[in-house]
Amino acid sequence: MAYLELNNIYKTYGEGDNTTEVLSNINLSIEEGEFVAIVGFTGSGKTTLVNLINGLLQPTSGDVLFKGEPVIGTSHERGVIFQNYSLLPWLTVSQNIYMAVKEAFPKKSKKERNEIVADYVEMVNLTPAINKRPKELSGGMRQRVAVARALAMKPEMIIMDEPLGALDALTRGNLQDEILNIWGKDKRTALLITNDVDEGIYMADRIIPLRPGPNATLGPEFKIDIERPRDKTELNDNLNFKKTRNAIIEYLMDIGNERKTEALEPIVLPDLEPKSFVGRF
Amino acid sequence: MSQGITLNKITKLIGLGFLSDLKALFARKLVKEDFIKFLRKFVVPIASIFLFIGLWHLGAKSLYNTEANYKIEKALTERGQVAADEMKACIASGDVSCQPNTLPSPAQVWGSFQTLLEDHKVISSDKAAFIEKTAALNETRVAEGKDAIVYTGRPSFVDQIFTSLKTVFAGFLLALFIAVPIGVVIGLSKTLRSSVNWLIQIFKPVSPVVWLLLVFMIVKTLTKNSNSDSAFIISFISVGLCSMWATLVNTAMGVSSVDKDYINVAKVLKLGAFQKVFKVILPSSLPLIFTGLRITLSVAWMVLIAIELLAQSPGLGSFVWEEFQNGAIDSNSKIIVAMFVIGGIGFLLDRIMLTIQNMVSFNKNDGI
Repeated sequence: MAYLELNNIYKTYGEGDNTTEVLSNINLSIEEGEFVAIVGFTGSGKTTLVNLINGLLQPTSGDVLFKGEPVIGTSHERGVIFQNYSLLPWLTVSQNIYMAVKEAFPKKSKKERNEIVADYVEMVNLTPAINKRPKELSGGMRQRVAVARALAMKPEMIIMDEPLGALDALTRGNLQDEILNIWGKDKRTALLITNDVDEGIYMADRIIPLRPGPNATLGPEFKIDIERPRDKTELNDNLNFKKTRNAIIEYLMDIGNERKTEALEPIVLPDLEPKSFVGRF
Repeated sequence: MSQGITLNKITKLIGLGFLSDLKALFARKLVKEDFIKFLRKFVVPIASIFLFIGLWHLGAKSLYNTEANYKIEKALTERGQVAADEMKACIASGDVSCQPNTLPSPAQVWGSFQTLLEDHKVISSDKAAFIEKTAALNETRVAEGKDAIVYTGRPSFVDQIFTSLKTVFAGFLLALFIAVPIGVVIGLSKTLRSSVNWLIQIFKPVSPVVWLLLVFMIVKTLTKNSNSDSAFIISFISVGLCSMWATLVNTAMGVSSVDKDYINVAKVLKLGAFQKVFKVILPSSLPLIFTGLRITLSVAWMVLIAIELLAQSPGLGSFVWEEFQNGAIDSNSKIIVAMFVIGGIGFLLDRIMLTIQNMVSFNKNDGI
């Protein structure tokens, strides 16, 4: 039995005539300790998919099973790193993380919790900024806080929704390494949603493209058989990398073209004639 | 250096950023942009004040002449040429008995302001003397179980200001303690919001006068058998009820429109209901709550004058009303003094609230 399983998931928004089917027939299974990336265009329903897995949304039909149990709400076992950091601006870095730690470990003493906070702040290299508020931090630092907040709850699975989307290329590369390092230490299960194929290949064991919505569904998976730890510069010369990358991009481009031709279907115009105003004025 | 920065921050915070500009201006050489800035920020406002006073002076003078001419004309038609000449001479001599009653000039208002301050000095020394004189007597009276003798003389203008401030703060606190909790509760529950919405929509536009009458009906009966100061109670409750709506609506809106990202965080962290309200919802709606409180305080100060006037509660409102009824020669200028004082205090209160509002505000994109 898979660690996380999605069976025939459909998700629609709206009611009656305004119904839009965002996701249809999503099937996915992730094994324990695996790092899976889902790549897709913006607006293809990635965030909806993430929210179904973390429990913020419920599927219209189908089930999300986590360790065999249906997901009916959020849980501390699944840590979430949001696309837009979502730090609370009125709390400092340590307070933001402490809030999560306090909820995750209600039985621990204040001192123990503070130690956990300090450990994770250290892990993301933010100790000098521990008492700063989010507005005093750069985008990369904020995302590190969000990473620390999600990890400090010691979740069994990390769900990342385009965590590095808003960052510049250099910061992005650094944080990718940091996340991989942390993941490598205790091999938690990880799900990464991204729109960057290279990022997916660099970080994940498996890449699954999401065919763009409405009616988004998962495409065929691509296994990444590249030894860890991976090196970014070497990766560019790796044949396997090139092959996989081209295959995925080709697949995504094909979907994109498909979508374009779909849109080019002739639109039938209503048969209207201008009203005759002769003699009315 | 750090002191300079903090000074800068403080002046920015209380909306007096131009003070630091002035400082910067003196600190370095005057270049052309600085000069334009200086012109715009200091010279133009000061010039406009003088222009205002000048226009006021001219307007008052013209009104004075119109009124004087009318008086002379009236004397001429009713009592003949001799009476008209007498009236003319009387007005020219500045005699109190025949001064035209119209808009006072800036100089007269300034004079009245000084009179009022003098008056305050006299009354407060009077009061101090009275308290000193009755101190020993009061001690024995209290020891005997009787009520102490209190000063019951006329309150001075400055006393009236403080009475008004006391009333407005009592009303503001009442509004705060009613509107914020109710606003939070109805902001949290859609059902409650729709159930009380009609009540808010109907009562929000009700005039202060009607609130006063309503409060009067209730408080009159409730305080029948007590010797508490019912005029004060009536006026502060009316002020509170009139002004609380802005806070109520803003709090409810702030609480009901908390950013979805924060709610998602609360859900993912699995915060309890209490934690969610106090750690996420309230802090994120604080800026809107304070915007509401700021409106509340300025509305409270505005309706206070009308309410004091009607409720016969001591304060600036009744001061204005008494002066108007009084009809003394300097009554009109005293009313204008009160007008400026009311305006000035209103401005100060607004600045205080703005400062607090700036302190609790955060940029919505700070954490995102």
